[in-house]
Amino acid sequence: MKILVTAKRVVDANVNVRVLSDNSGVDINNVKMAVNPFDEIAIEEAVRIREAGNAEEVVVASIGPTQCKEQIRTALALGADRGIFVETDADIQPLAVAKLLKALVDKENPDLIILGKQAIDGDNIQTGQMLAALAGLPQATFASEILLADGEATVTREIDGGMETITVKTPAVITADLRLNEPRYASLPNIMKAKKKSIDTYTPEELGVDVTPRLTTLKVEPPSDRQAGVIVADVEELVDKLKNEAKVI
Amino acid sequence: MALDKETLNQLLDSVSKFVDNRLKPLESQVAQEDRIPDEVVEEMKAMGLFGLTIPERYGGLGLSMADEIQVVQVLGHTSPAFRSVFGTNVGIGSQSIIIDGTEEQKNHYLPRMATGEIIGSFCLTEPDAGSDAASLKMSAVKDGDDYLLNGTKRFITNAPQANLFTVFARTNPEEKGSRGISAFLVDADTAGISVGPAYRKMGQQGAHVADVMFDDVRVPAANIVGAKENVGFKTAMKVLDRGRLHISALSVGIAERLIADSLKYAMQRKQFGQPIAEFQLIQAMLADSQTEMYAASCMVADAAKRRDAGENVAALAASCKLFATEMVGRVADRAVQIHGGAGYIEDYGIERFYRDVRLFRIYEGTSQIQQMVIARDMIRNASNIN
Ligand SMILES: Cc1cc2nc3c(=O)[nH]c(=O)nc-3n(C[C@H](O)[C@H](O)[C@H](O)COP(=O)(O)OP(=O)(O)OC[C@H]3O[C@@H](n4cnc5c(N)ncnc54)[C@H](O)[C@@H]3O)c2cc1C
Repeated sequence: MKILVTAKRVVDANVNVRVLSDNSGVDINNVKMAVNPFDEIAIEEAVRIREAGNAEEVVVASIGPTQCKEQIRTALALGADRGIFVETDADIQPLAVAKLLKALVDKENPDLIILGKQAIDGDNIQTGQMLAALAGLPQATFASEILLADGEATVTREIDGGMETITVKTPAVITADLRLNEPRYASLPNIMKAKKKSIDTYTPEELGVDVTPRLTTLKVEPPSDRQAGVIVADVEELVDKLKNEAKVI
Repeated sequence: MALDKETLNQLLDSVSKFVDNRLKPLESQVAQEDRIPDEVVEEMKAMGLFGLTIPERYGGLGLSMADEIQVVQVLGHTSPAFRSVFGTNVGIGSQSIIIDGTEEQKNHYLPRMATGEIIGSFCLTEPDAGSDAASLKMSAVKDGDDYLLNGTKRFITNAPQANLFTVFARTNPEEKGSRGISAFLVDADTAGISVGPAYRKMGQQGAHVADVMFDDVRVPAANIVGAKENVGFKTAMKVLDRGRLHISALSVGIAERLIADSLKYAMQRKQFGQPIAEFQLIQAMLADSQTEMYAASCMVADAAKRRDAGENVAALAASCKLFATEMVGRVADRAVQIHGGAGYIEDYGIERFYRDVRLFRIYEGTSQIQQMVIARDMIRNASNIN
């Protein structure tokens, strides 16, 4: 079995991003970048499946500017076997990513595709779903457990109000939720070994994909500052304020 | 060989995550229990931390000095007791073999030291030979193809855990000074060795230090480091050069941690209606700490680079250790001061670092010994010119 996973380059989760003064986006100059945490969970899951003897190869893909190779290297250090880098400086939106991944699925014919359920920069939660639709594959999103047997994946999904368990035929697209696993730390010897693993590079043109943005960002604004709190005298006053002032109950 | 920037960054990133997410939350528990959980030691092995400086050929990472100090600096962001677990394998416990060992000795020990299967300890100090290590009395008397070792080694880091001791003993009793000393590689389970109870000490709980007693311990002559008699003291000094830069980098890392904690506290803590960070007297302490930390960090980086380039850095390493360890002592003192009463209370962890860093000015050569090394080097150079 072959598993395709993704490693999106995003701002590190510990960085406090600032909105650019012209409100066109956030400033990512000289900030620390990392593999999207949900992708890291997807990579970890794929590596565990291979380590358990249920897969032979884990291929990791990243799409974006040349620095994305760093994220591929990280995934290789975490245990992926081989990388695919789609190089583009364009503003890549979820539909374009899904189309590019579909092209890679056609090339690689993976038996399982695991992506993060969302990327922590755009928070779009669309790529996995779109990829499944474009590739005509079943999807199991927000996975907190994956069990593989007899050409099927039984996936526990985190949904509003509880857990749902579904079975999909493989090949399938699965998106990883937070509780699927706890990713390992890349061991130092594996980081060194990752240097020797191969990375194939393509461009969107070579994959025959038009990545022209379909959406336009009008304005990016920081969340409004938190207002100072007030101390209430008793529970009655609190309930009253929640009901009549904040109108949340 | 120095790593490319990208690989080094990945290494630092991974170590930094491990330090922040795994080790920092355990600091207070480790200090209280005087014990590092077994699973953490296993994770350190899996991370490859035991093999940082062991050449790639023998299964380690073979970090250059310049790369090693960067990793060590990151390790300094948490309690130094954690580093001590693999510290001897990275430094004094393995370097004798790496620097002066025979190919056979390297093949025999280094691969298992890189994985952490063998823990190495360095036995130089004795009850009557501390700063004046060259006066050591431990005897090694030839008996056929073997030597019989007799004597006591004092304050040996990781002795309770060690599988391999590098033991400095006198093979030539006629020679009272440094020239009669040889370095022996001695398996810890050899008959006649006993390890005393771990000492209770001022700080770095979780790291263990004990005496090691040798009573007619039989060691094959082939176990002399480099298979060369009477040059052991030179080996010890080469090992300590590297060790001193390592301790200096660790001091810089801990200073960074203490400065970050102090800054955060000073910006949150309010007195007289404003954050104490607004007071110039607090700012002076922060600025002094930051400046001194930066100076030490530049010194260590320079000395490491020059060591990698093949320069003899004995005096530079001594300068680094003198300045960096005294620096972190001052930074820790200011950190307590900036935290006020909280700095003296266990829960905040600042007093723990204050005690932990005190050791750095004492072992691997006291500050006074570093001053001696530096001044002697200056005088020697000046006499050569005249
Ligand atoms: C926790 C811990 C771990 C250790 N780990 C190891 C280890 O793994 N292996 C090992 O071999 N040793 C180890 N040591 C021993 C350590 O290296 C020695 O304690 C250190 O070298 C000082 O020696 P000493 O304790 O005998 O002090 P002394 O040499 O007695 O020094 C006492 C004081 O006299 C000063 N002094 C001595 N000579 C001079 C001089 N010529 N001029 C001016 N001042 C001088 C010293 O600077 C110091 O202030 C460890 C010690 C400790 C506390």
